[in-house]
Amino acid sequence: MAEAVAETGLPIAGPAAPPRSNGELVFAAPWESRLFGVTLALLERNLFLWREFQHELIEEIGAWELAHQNEESEFRYYERWQTALEILLEQKGICLASELEAHARDFAERPHGHDH
Amino acid sequence: MSEHTHDPSSAELRTEALESLLREKGLIDSAEIDKIIRRYEEDIGPMRGAQVVAKAWTDPQFRERLLADGNAAIAELGFEGPQMDRLEVKENTDQVHNVVVCTLCSCYPWAVLGLPPSWYKEPAYRSRVVREPRRVLHEMGLDLPETTEVRVWDSSAEVRYMVLPQRPQGTEAMTEEELATIIGRDAMIGVGTVSTPGSDG
Repeated sequence: MAEAVAETGLPIAGPAAPPRSNGELVFAAPWESRLFGVTLALLERNLFLWREFQHELIEEIGAWELAHQNEESEFRYYERWQTALEILLEQKGICLASELEAHARDFAERPHGHDH
Repeated sequence: MSEHTHDPSSAELRTEALESLLREKGLIDSAEIDKIIRRYEEDIGPMRGAQVVAKAWTDPQFRERLLADGNAAIAELGFEGPQMDRLEVKENTDQVHNVVVCTLCSCYPWAVLGLPPSWYKEPAYRSRVVREPRRVLHEMGLDLPETTEVRVWDSSAEVRYMVLPQRPQGTEAMTEEELATIIGRDAMIGVGTVSTPGSDG
């Protein structure tokens, strides 16, 4: 299914190429695109269904909006996406929150100047 | 050298940790993720929707098939999305203007429009366009005649909507390929229209 998306033979340049500029960036920061890519890679391997992820995302966005309805907090879509994905991966036993916490702590303790 | 955040709860660091952990588990590989990101940033975008619209404008039978069964019609052009739900295409006319939203999250016809713009995901658009569509459209630069009925389509996990905009006057001589170049994303969400090339509108 994934390859059907990639192979379309659509003209990319030249007069016949449909408009490409969206006028704005799709991702606000590189981590957002990584997170999106990780999610789709897991979907393509059938580790969960889009519907399952979407359910978590809706719950998470709804909960955030409820909790922030009386204040001027900035809604960050991909942060909600991140929480939703973490919850789903925990539920599925694919990646436990405790593992992720430990990994994130290790990364945080990397010495300055570490380049990857 | 990149400046690293040292807060383990930061979104950036958590994403990096998640990718690394899943890689260690052998569930993903980074080259695959690069490919997915490129595909969505560069290859899939509103240009696919533009092709669909241009074909519908120039081929009345395709237009009928598109309005009857969006998925089957876009599959004719080789377009198919990952876990694509039902695609419904809503046609704008002089009497009816359609606009698409997802009030719950950000359901969007990825297969034909790529990823949604940031404003589409904002609570402001999601909640207001249902309550006061004319005002939201006005703020986005689209003023419709009072006589035009505005229909708001709320996407859901099962159905994704795309708008078939009206073909502008003065484009009768244009080919399908040429038409595809003038059709923008906003017109296919319904927050804009397609203008004749060279006009200011």
